[in-house]
Amino acid sequence: MPNAPASVAVRGLSKRFGSVEALADVSFDVAPGELFGIVGPDGAGKSTLFRLLATLLLPDAGTATLDGLDLVRDYRALRLRLGYMPGRFSLYPDLTVAENLAFFADVFGTTVAEGRAIVEPIYAQIEPFAHRRAGALSGGMKQKLALSCALVHRPRLLLLDEPTTGVDAVSRAEFWDVLATLRDSGITTLVSTPYMDEAARCDRIALVQDGRLLGPPDTPDAVARAFPAPLVEVRAQRPGAATMDRVALLAALRHTPGVARAEIFGDWMHVTGAGSSGPSADEHLAATVRDALVAAGFADVDVRPVAPSVEDVFLHRMARPDV
Amino acid sequence: MSAFRSLVVKETRHILRDRQTLGVLLALPVVMVLLFGFAIRTDVQDVRVLVVDAARDGQSLDLTRAVAATPALRLVGVDGAPAAIEPALRTGRASVALVLPAAFGASFARGTAEVLVVTDGTTPNYAAAAEGYVRQVVQTWAAQQGARAPTVRVATRMRFNPEMKSEALFVPGLLAYVLTLVSALMTALSISREKESGTMEVLLVSPLRPGAMVVGKVAPYLVLAFVNALTALAVARFVFHVPMRGSLAALLVATLAYMLGSLALGVLISSKTPDQRTAMMGTLLGLLLPTLALSGFVFPISSMPAWIRPVTQIVPATWYILAARGAMLKGLGFTGLAKELIVLFAMAALLLVAASRSLKDRL
Amino acid sequence: MSNAPAPSFDIPPGTAVWARDLTRTFGTFVAVDALSFDVAEGEVFGFLGANGAGKTTAMKMLTGLLAPSSGEALVAGINVAADPDAVKRRIGYMSQRFALYDDLTVRENVRFFGGLYNLPPAVVRERLDALLADLALERSADERVGRLPLGWKQRLAFGVALLHRPAVVFLDEPTGGVDPATRRQFWETIYATAQRGTTVFVTTHYMDEAEYCDRVSIMVDGRLAALGTPAELKARFGTDSMDGVFLRLARNG
Repeated sequence: MPNAPASVAVRGLSKRFGSVEALADVSFDVAPGELFGIVGPDGAGKSTLFRLLATLLLPDAGTATLDGLDLVRDYRALRLRLGYMPGRFSLYPDLTVAENLAFFADVFGTTVAEGRAIVEPIYAQIEPFAHRRAGALSGGMKQKLALSCALVHRPRLLLLDEPTTGVDAVSRAEFWDVLATLRDSGITTLVSTPYMDEAARCDRIALVQDGRLLGPPDTPDAVARAFPAPLVEVRAQRPGAATMDRVALLAALRHTPGVARAEIFGDWMHVTGAGSSGPSADEHLAATVRDALVAAGFADVDVRPVAPSVEDVFLHRMARPDV
Repeated sequence: MSAFRSLVVKETRHILRDRQTLGVLLALPVVMVLLFGFAIRTDVQDVRVLVVDAARDGQSLDLTRAVAATPALRLVGVDGAPAAIEPALRTGRASVALVLPAAFGASFARGTAEVLVVTDGTTPNYAAAAEGYVRQVVQTWAAQQGARAPTVRVATRMRFNPEMKSEALFVPGLLAYVLTLVSALMTALSISREKESGTMEVLLVSPLRPGAMVVGKVAPYLVLAFVNALTALAVARFVFHVPMRGSLAALLVATLAYMLGSLALGVLISSKTPDQRTAMMGTLLGLLLPTLALSGFVFPISSMPAWIRPVTQIVPATWYILAARGAMLKGLGFTGLAKELIVLFAMAALLLVAASRSLKDRL
Repeated sequence: MSNAPAPSFDIPPGTAVWARDLTRTFGTFVAVDALSFDVAEGEVFGFLGANGAGKTTAMKMLTGLLAPSSGEALVAGINVAADPDAVKRRIGYMSQRFALYDDLTVRENVRFFGGLYNLPPAVVRERLDALLADLALERSADERVGRLPLGWKQRLAFGVALLHRPAVVFLDEPTGGVDPATRRQFWETIYATAQRGTTVFVTTHYMDEAEYCDRVSIMVDGRLAALGTPAELKARFGTDSMDGVFLRLARNG
């Protein structure tokens, strides 16, 4: 077994179920030791991709090499090197924490003692509850136990399908801290998430929607910087109103010439211009929007250029998949 | 611990920790034997009658014609000697015999006539109904003869199950039912539960081979089903005094073969169903219903329409019930049950092969 | 038909939800500990908290599903402890887990929920047409709900929760799993609803959605740890996102 961390090369992977094209011609590379994020909503094809990579489904077209092994031909050898955590993975609720971990160690032909070193930082957090039934754990602890079970046979590549779905923000943040620790210990990890804000915790990300990648994978910063259009953020009040009238504000923005899209973004509105990006284009868009809102009778108009986020890029590419 | 042993331990824990289900499963055979023992009643059609006519006079021929003309009865033969009764009942050619003694016409004319009805006591409900039909035909026929209206006494004699225990009949059927429920249904549910929780995906990517996985999962249920079979037998024996005339060993071997087949069917069903609900419906419709309706348990096969009878032959429960009746009521051993045992093991082998073929190591 | 609030309650006009020392215990465990807050009519009110912080228990009390152990709450002017059934008639509810029947058509779902609230058939028909027009779903009226994309389904479920024109609508993680564009569409529907005077009470795991609310409350260990507009909370905790506020509170709580 090679000692360098595993790498992944996916080429033109496609899968359909009847008339539904779940995954269409997906290609990307994951470097050894990388924490690679697949970011997209439900139904985007994330789970299909993970089941293909876990050798549970056969692709209709395309190939993939994981840790130097072919996805289809070498699937038995590959399985020993994979740690797979399916979406909605719920362990055995009637077995205790310790029993769950021991069972998965046995099934993968190892022992908890052998896997202890790699599991330690995560399992230590749930060990106080070792004799509690898994069904009685909180959502965050369940996820940590599931991750421990996926890690106990010391895989070289981790496949985590939506590990943080349905878990509260605190537990999610803690889970990502754990993934960062694992990355530091040299394990290659592919993780999917529907939460755009989690993209920032990955080394590189691929955005996925309707079975396709929305643009080439890159670091979260680079993906965000690639936003191709002018972008400003806006706040404005109706005179005398206590809160921002978002419905009216959005309507006014969408009727402003030169505005391609206007969207709610936190307690601001993000407004995308029709042209291409650049500091002067941002300033121009800001001026246009400010004038339009003032003319429409808004008060406290606050318009300023803003650095695009991954979510801005996702929205933009969804609206214009060719860009 | 080896992966296989670990799986068996894990599955046993699932069973032991689900107290409610375990309680239901353990109580089931007891409750069902008691319920059926006190309540069961079956309806009979197409009773096969052998007439033993030692008189050969006008009256006996006339009564024989009346038997033949009755829609619920089917005259399968007329013989002169009582010796023909035993083989006819054993082979199932006839299920009831009507014996008309010598000089039937003369005694009938004097009003002292006596006829004998002989039924197969191994099927008590059926026997009671068949006897009732024949008795009614004789009485109706006598009434039609007009004013002379003699008393016709009908004596009944039993073979194999002379105590006329109606409970004796349903115990083999109940065994089949309980074994199907525990072996097939519980197996199908335990496998589809893993599909629902996502754990199946992890087991599939593990080095554990699907065959070993299934054997490890079903082994605890094999034990549970066997306990159930023994419980049902014990209740039948000690509450209803159902006899065990033949070989208990032969019955247990047949039970093992039947359980293996049922477990394989459970695996087959779970391989085709995505979740517990569908697995449950599949088992109920595909297995429990045929076990109840097409095995001779509730409805006698002999009273089914001709086109459906071949179907009953591919229902494993049919053969298991035959074997159990043979062992318990007819006093048969391995030799006497050779055919049933061979069929049961052949079915189990076929189903096990099909079940292991249905297992893939992908989704 | 609604019970008038007991005279001892001094509730400012225009209050949709009013809670004072609302408490629920299970044995010795205090799931919700003396919760007090007001929500104004037409407000979009965010209700956040980690799993197990008591959110679900509090929601159950406010929707009349669970009796409070002590304290008072009035929803749409009705005392939840005194007349939970009247509360249920005046509120709408939608959750990600339970929304619509996938195997019924859009029309059948709407009719069913209309019937549940005793709406006359003519009213149901009229509101169905309005709802379909709103969602541009006219041509899908007889399609099974299970066939609709998740985003449509969620907006339809929201429309159905509003069918009987409730005063307050409770949304329990309404946008789970949908893409960011569909999520924003959903929120625009929420704002339009709030503008018509309906109070929206919403829980979410998306921290950016917390910023979409007029005011946000955060529960930690059964208590109300923070309450204010997103801007106030961010300023108070010295962070630039609600995520930061939440993490600070829930971790140290």
